[in-house]
Amino acid sequence: MVTTAPPSVFAQILDYANRADPYPLYAELRKTPVARQDDGSYVVSTYQEIVDLLHDPRISSDARDAGAADAGEDPSGVPPAFIRTDPPEHDRLRRIVNRHFGPPHTPGRVDGMVPDLRRLVTGLIDGLAGQPEVDIVDQFAYPFPVTVICELLGVPREDEPRFQVWAQALVDALDPGTGDPAERERKRAAATTEMGLYLAGLVEAHRRSPGPDLLSALATDDGPEGRLTDIELLAAATLLLVAGHETTVNLITNGVLTLLRHPEVLERLRRDPDLAIHLVEELLRYEPPVHFLPNRHALDDIEIAGTTIRGGAEVVLVLAAGSRDPEHVHDPDRFDPDRFNPDRFGLARDRDQHLGFGGGIHYCFGAPLARLETQIALAELARRLVNPRLVVDPPPYRTNPVLRGPRHLHVAIDDITPAPD
Amino acid sequence: MKLVVDLTRCQGYAQCAFLAPNAFTMHGDGEALLYDPEPSDDLRERVLRAAAACPVQAIVLDRGPVEDGSQRAAAAAARRGDMDEEFLRTGRIVIVGASLAGTRAAGALRYQGFTGSLTLIGDESAEPYDRPPLSKQVLEGWVPAEHTGLPRRDAIEADWRLGVAATGLDLAAKQVRLADGSSVGFDRLLITTGVRARPWPNPDEAALDGVLVLRTRQDADRLRRLFAARPNRVLVIGAGFTGSEVASVCRELDVPVTVAEAGPAPLVAALGGGIGAIAADMHREAGVDLRCGVMVTALEGENGRLRRARLSDGSTLDVDVAVAALGGVRNVDWLEGSGLAAGPWGVACDAGCRAFDANGLVTDDVFVAGDVARTPQPLFGYELLALEHWGNAVAQAEVAAHNMISDEAHRWPHLALPVFWSTQFGTEIKSVGVPNIADQVVVAQGSVADRRFVATYGRRGRLVGAVTFDQSKWLEFYGRQIERGAAFPPASRTVDQPDRLQPSAAEFPTRPIPTQDATVVLTGHDPAERRATLLPS
Repeated sequence: MVTTAPPSVFAQILDYANRADPYPLYAELRKTPVARQDDGSYVVSTYQEIVDLLHDPRISSDARDAGAADAGEDPSGVPPAFIRTDPPEHDRLRRIVNRHFGPPHTPGRVDGMVPDLRRLVTGLIDGLAGQPEVDIVDQFAYPFPVTVICELLGVPREDEPRFQVWAQALVDALDPGTGDPAERERKRAAATTEMGLYLAGLVEAHRRSPGPDLLSALATDDGPEGRLTDIELLAAATLLLVAGHETTVNLITNGVLTLLRHPEVLERLRRDPDLAIHLVEELLRYEPPVHFLPNRHALDDIEIAGTTIRGGAEVVLVLAAGSRDPEHVHDPDRFDPDRFNPDRFGLARDRDQHLGFGGGIHYCFGAPLARLETQIALAELARRLVNPRLVVDPPPYRTNPVLRGPRHLHVAIDDITPAPD
Repeated sequence: MKLVVDLTRCQGYAQCAFLAPNAFTMHGDGEALLYDPEPSDDLRERVLRAAAACPVQAIVLDRGPVEDGSQRAAAAAARRGDMDEEFLRTGRIVIVGASLAGTRAAGALRYQGFTGSLTLIGDESAEPYDRPPLSKQVLEGWVPAEHTGLPRRDAIEADWRLGVAATGLDLAAKQVRLADGSSVGFDRLLITTGVRARPWPNPDEAALDGVLVLRTRQDADRLRRLFAARPNRVLVIGAGFTGSEVASVCRELDVPVTVAEAGPAPLVAALGGGIGAIAADMHREAGVDLRCGVMVTALEGENGRLRRARLSDGSTLDVDVAVAALGGVRNVDWLEGSGLAAGPWGVACDAGCRAFDANGLVTDDVFVAGDVARTPQPLFGYELLALEHWGNAVAQAEVAAHNMISDEAHRWPHLALPVFWSTQFGTEIKSVGVPNIADQVVVAQGSVADRRFVATYGRRGRLVGAVTFDQSKWLEFYGRQIERGAAFPPASRTVDQPDRLQPSAAEFPTRPIPTQDATVVLTGHDPAERRATLLPS
């Protein structure tokens, strides 16, 4: 009789059956802070170990550096964006893109988007009027960040049906749990190529007649470190377009779901919209949009938590497990909207940082924008949805275990209050 | 609204500068953060966003009373152990020195449940304020000097005796004497008197208009006014951190500046000669007239105003302003004759912040923290080190406060790795460990040419320190490596590693040993009578 070993904890996490509530499995996972998997990779699930590895220069994000036999030019023809590179290349690429996005050179850009974000949110909520039941994902949490990233980059909003397909393929490629790896890789490369071709046309158009958008700035500006090459620009634009609309949707949807599961917090938010500011930080800890970081590997042997990660091995950082590590956070499975109240900071030894946006040099590039989008979205939904109730709990989830979030979030409402002036 | 950024924790994520761009600004092309410690009320929402977003929670806000949940108080009690409850309720604690360390200790005492009488004594009449902004955003003219108050001072219930210096300590009577002739009795005392700027040694020259030091708010405000009047040339004497930051601000304001440094390079005492040479390049690229290996021999005036400086190389220099940035003098004068081991080197204490008396015996009721404290570092051969770092003042104050209200079994040792930072020439320089005991240094990551690198420091084959230029996200890794006694030079493969790790001499100046002066006489023969007595300085 043939017996098969039970699936590892990490394999169970990848299993779609556990998508709605992976947290008990994360608790199981944390019993072995650095767990070697059958395929030779290491899964890291405790807060301190994740923080250590996020800041460890012996960890590489560049697959070309892995010494793998297939290392070389990407079959898509597009080089990795900065998320998949190491310093110094990473730092240079990220600095050049950041020149047009944030401080020190463009400090007011994200803050200056606030009126636009409010306008978009108001319009989307207005559109929910007269419906007894709405899908928060399709009618709000998806269209909102997509519109924002399109306006920021200078991508026509009406092209969304085209690039949505490619973006989906790129996001699917992050999911180690489903399908044939070779097929997944082939789809990823094909989607990268198509997205690149699409964006190349846009970049060319923006170069001829530049607008106030990021693509125009990147295509025309010559900073002290030079312009991105066309191919580097396509890689960066692909990353921003995909990341800009595949992650915030989860954060906003997870936020609505969490608030509906905690009506007393929803009621507080309705009365005090400022609560959204630090509530979003707790949300990033409690129900983060990105659950783990794959695609990293050790450049050398790393001794950590009584284990040696072998040089060359893949390392998976399970951010969502680390943010609920009871060794780090008091009462981690409780959603406490005041946990990140800045009035509490600076009091000795009571620090509950979260890993919602990662850490170290690859800290989420779009984090300030994602925060603002979610703060404004949740505050306005709380204010304007009258008597919102979950129709299904848990809601149906997207398949992806990395970018985890509901596929639909059906909410029954009595009415929409008018937009404030 | 008041705020302070703990730049010891800051890693340059710039979330604050994205979300509240008028209150937080990034400089240079990297991680150098400057901020407005008292942003106007119309920035309130943005500043809240910025503070909440900080990934390392380094922004301390002050917008009302601090919550103190009973849960936390209970946790604090568990950490304190079996402390005399009577003392916690009715004891008298006096803190001499009401700047960063003193204020932080007072906050920690209250936070950890001390409800007895708390008195803070400070010689400056201003409310407690934060000093790092003085040599940066205040001097630049962005932030008014009086807008540097430390947050959460009002929330600390205490008797604040500000503007009255302590002049003496009677250990037997347990009393602090004050300049106004009064005395304050204590059960436990915390000394956090810090340092003052070392004045220009010639008093007549120091009295000239245009000759200044930089330590206090008043100093910073006077210097800012002089800079705003666009002097023809500023002379900075000494290229340590303060001197380098002043020179950096001069160039920011396009004011001509000469820096005279007696050593071979700027920052040589903190970073060594090799890395100091990189700092020298930064000065010169910014347009500083940097002169190393040169002493200022005289400052000359006309009608009481500074006119020129004479240098040891025979040259003279026409200058309107001279800033003596010669380091600090520890404020221990008031302890003369007290019987504590206090001297120019500071006040020695154990790792639990309990002061030593002149015999080297540890005291039970006198504690020391901050710049004035000299404390053993087990990680570095138990050397007694005084650290004039912002982060050290904060960490040590917390330990001292805890130990003042804890039983013996629950005392904490102050074992935090030293970390300091400096913001200059648009670059964030950070350090962890104790580089200046190193014999060798090697750049382990990044590029010196780009001014973005990690330098690691080793002593006898062991990693003891690391310094980053605009690479602070790696600093905590090196801190952990130091804690683990990692080998030097680093043996592992890392990202952004130079082709070859070839250590060179760290080139630190020979440190004067503070105890080499004969300041103590020993008396008595029998062990019961044997005593050390400090000679008056």
